[in-house]
Amino acid sequence: MDHDQLSSTFAALADPTRRAILSRLATGEASVTELAEPFDMSLPAVTKHLKVLQRAGLVIQGREAQWRPCRLQAKPMREAAEWMEPYRRHWEQRLDRLEDYLRETATKGARRPRQGRVK
Amino acid sequence: MSSHARSVKHGSFVIERLFNYDPGALFHAWTDPKAKARWFNGPADKWTEDVREMDVRVGGRDRLIGKFVDGSESRFEAQYFDVVPERRLVYTYDMYWQGKKISVSLASIEFVAQGKGGTKLIVTEQHAFLDGYEDGGSRERGTLGLIDNLGVALGGGDTRIPRS
Repeated sequence: MDHDQLSSTFAALADPTRRAILSRLATGEASVTELAEPFDMSLPAVTKHLKVLQRAGLVIQGREAQWRPCRLQAKPMREAAEWMEPYRRHWEQRLDRLEDYLRETATKGARRPRQGRVK
Repeated sequence: MSSHARSVKHGSFVIERLFNYDPGALFHAWTDPKAKARWFNGPADKWTEDVREMDVRVGGRDRLIGKFVDGSESRFEAQYFDVVPERRLVYTYDMYWQGKKISVSLASIEFVAQGKGGTKLIVTEQHAFLDGYEDGGSRERGTLGLIDNLGVALGGGDTRIPRS
């Protein structure tokens, strides 16, 4: 993935207001006015934060309705998380295989030194 | 990578998972060579094992070398610092990719008996990523698949864990 995208994703996430906006959008689309409600700041200030999120590709604003709803774009964040956590992900895959292995050998009753099965 | 030359970045994580098998079964899967080879490896369709050596005891070393379909080589070299049968494994490991050392890590594996015959497995890893390879080299390889061979020789060695 392209590094500039990662940089803008992380830069966009490096602000509590913008993270709160993203959390709100994770529950569904919202208008700019709705997004501004919980914050003690002016509408233009919130709009400014939204622009950062839009430039980073984390939020898109629809054109179809008059109220122009904002929507979360999850992909860049997912990519950022993946970029940060390859070792963890690697482990998760390994442990999946470990679980498969244990299930298989338990079924066969093979090679395990002890009874480990609970169910 | 020149801008990253001689850089070190640090990262850590903890993974916990519950298994319906007792600590003995889990520990066996981590320390018996045949058992370990079944799950501690790269993706079957993308990676082939060249060398696997295991010696699970304090001071003992593991090595796992393999190649991906694109020809790139990964090498894992570990040394055990603490081995408590059915309880704990602590080891350090170096990861190499294409002969370059890309990370040095400390891994602590805890096997915690849980309920009746279950085990909570706790994997804690602390990494020093070298020279910009905090992504395990996957950017240079052009695919995240490399990660499938990274890190961590769990277990290794003998069914009967030698005490030292």
